[in-house]
Amino acid sequence: MSLLVTTSLVAAGGCGTAGPGGSRDKIQVWALQDPQNEPVIEAGLGLFNQSSPVTAELVTYVNDAYKQKLHVSMGSPNAPDVFFNWGGGNLAEFVNANQVVDLSHALAARPDVRDAFLPSVLAVGRISNGQYGLPMNGIQPVVLFYHKGVFDKAGLQPPKTWADLLSLVEEFKSRKITPIALPGSQGWTELMYLEYLLDRIGGPDRFSAIAAQRSGAWRDPSVLRALQMCQELAERGAFGTNFASINYDNTGASKLFATGKAAMFLMGSWEYTSQLSNNPEFVKRGDLAWTTFPTVDGGLGDAANVVGNPANYFSISASSPHVRDATTLLIETLSSEEYVEDLVNSGQVPAVAGVEAKLAGTPNAEFATFTYEMVAKAPSFTQSWDQALSPAVGTEMLTNLQKLFLSKITPEEFVTAMEKVSS
Amino acid sequence: MSDRGVLVPRRREVRTVVLIPAADLRPARRERPGFLWAAPAAVFFTIFGIVPIAVVLYLSFTTWNGLGTPEWAGLTNWRALPDDADALHSIRVTAQLTLFCWLIQTPLSLLLGVWAAGPQRNRAILSTLFFLPLLLSTAAIALTWLSLLDPNFGLAASLGSYVGVADGNFLGDDSRALYAVAAVISWQFVPFHTLLYQAAARQIPASMYEVAEIDGARTIRQFISITLPQLRNTIIASSVLVVVGSLTYFESILLLTNGGPGTATRVLPLHMYVKGFVGFDMGYASVLAVLLVAVGTTLSVLIVRSTGYHRMNSDREGM
Repeated sequence: MSLLVTTSLVAAGGCGTAGPGGSRDKIQVWALQDPQNEPVIEAGLGLFNQSSPVTAELVTYVNDAYKQKLHVSMGSPNAPDVFFNWGGGNLAEFVNANQVVDLSHALAARPDVRDAFLPSVLAVGRISNGQYGLPMNGIQPVVLFYHKGVFDKAGLQPPKTWADLLSLVEEFKSRKITPIALPGSQGWTELMYLEYLLDRIGGPDRFSAIAAQRSGAWRDPSVLRALQMCQELAERGAFGTNFASINYDNTGASKLFATGKAAMFLMGSWEYTSQLSNNPEFVKRGDLAWTTFPTVDGGLGDAANVVGNPANYFSISASSPHVRDATTLLIETLSSEEYVEDLVNSGQVPAVAGVEAKLAGTPNAEFATFTYEMVAKAPSFTQSWDQALSPAVGTEMLTNLQKLFLSKITPEEFVTAMEKVSS
Repeated sequence: MSDRGVLVPRRREVRTVVLIPAADLRPARRERPGFLWAAPAAVFFTIFGIVPIAVVLYLSFTTWNGLGTPEWAGLTNWRALPDDADALHSIRVTAQLTLFCWLIQTPLSLLLGVWAAGPQRNRAILSTLFFLPLLLSTAAIALTWLSLLDPNFGLAASLGSYVGVADGNFLGDDSRALYAVAAVISWQFVPFHTLLYQAAARQIPASMYEVAEIDGARTIRQFISITLPQLRNTIIASSVLVVVGSLTYFESILLLTNGGPGTATRVLPLHMYVKGFVGFDMGYASVLAVLLVAVGTTLSVLIVRSTGYHRMNSDREGM
């Protein structure tokens, strides 16, 4: 063990910063670098610091390195006091290692705070009957965006059913327009199709069974059908021939869609903000339009169900010397009037009940209200599978999904491969 | 020809020399520098080389997700290795990538280096331009190429049709992605190897070429009979760097394709990273790390042994 400690210390020392270990008298709050979110958190912490004996400070990290950084730090003397996370399977890893504080009691003492959050969103921070994370930013459901200009020019309507979608694919192909933009070099963008299709075909319980690692869950006929439909969509040319070369992070797909070279784009609600900053003209012209994912005939799932990222969460690390103050921080801040208002003003849709009136007054009220209603009315909000499953299963799934979309493996082979990693 | 070569034989040839007095046969008792001199390097190597390898070896017998304490698992991780089709596949991809990189980089940098060593006009300016990629960070290079290879808005979109890829699908096609990756890596490292060859080519005595000139040998003949043999050790050194280096190519691939499409460009180090730092299966990732250390060491020893590089034979005996 001492060897391990040495190497992790060496690794931490290599960063060249004093690191969070340097100031144990403060509450360290770790989050992602995010121009939209950082000021909101800063303001929230500022308010807390006015009255708290222990001050809180924000430390931010770039997205890609954060998961690794957090993983290495937890359980070391450099662990943060409060940390940003995605809930679900990733948070569960820390919970199972007894490194996260259960907030159930604190919430039970403050039912007003507990009831302030949308139940479906709060549920993702719940791991085996304990509430380990509280939503700290906006909801991000997956939305079917479409290019209104392209649709109008072709005289077509956005799809309501799967059959509509398939006929639209043929229509746009004949017009030499890529029917759907898909940044297929990244498996998580392909996952959105599987998530929605399984929910529409079999309802949310099918994935719950998979997440609970019930045996035979992957072999469910609805899973197989959803996989077949994904592959069929790709084989019909819905995404063009070169989708596996398209990248989301360098805005390759967003640009394809904004320039009208692609007609539709299934993406998280953050795409709206991204288009607003990268292609403002496209949004202002009113060409960026949105709808819900199509229904599937004969499917058991409620058409109002939603998939995506319910929100991100703040959790408290069990090794923190400031558990009590950190708990106060989360309870008092995250559902407070000021924090929610700041979230709304930053263009996000907070996971808090009854914010319709606030949303209506914002510049992007139309889209914000749409996302809010979509989530508030959804009987079930399934978390993105790659976040909900354990990291080992999640990565394997994304790799196999890429192979499935490229027809390198059959749906049956996908199921077999997933059964092997999940066992 | 000097006669020193006869009187003071090189050590390897001691057996063949019988005419010199016996006293000279005893290896000269040279004072070895004390251990103290090696201490800083030894300590450094122990902390950053030996200890991590030992820890990784230990971890390969445990289950650990990076949190809490590793639990002893015996041979479980090692038994999983033969069943991991992706691992075997990634070894094959690594070998292919190494081969492609060597085939692209060696001839290119050899020719460029020899050319850059010459006295031509414009040489200094042009070689400075060729060396530019050496100054850029790997991540910057990978991200730039990622944009250039975007199938809709990059160079791939406009130039793809000239090389038979009308839809610009380089990084997303599993038969082409590896070539694209090898090309980007080579673009980055050719300048470095060019530098090696340039330096080595400048060391070749001009008198050899003058003699060849008198004997009527033309440029190509001179290149084959003088330059190439004289660069032998440099070719080996550069090859070792390419081969061993390609076992650690990682960040370019991570940024360009992330090992995709599917696992088409997933090399062994990337597979290790995915298992360890994305899937957080540190135990199994350590197995792959041990494998990587073993393969890397074996390969470099093999190359050095089979080429006679370790004997450091001079090609300029008697000059």
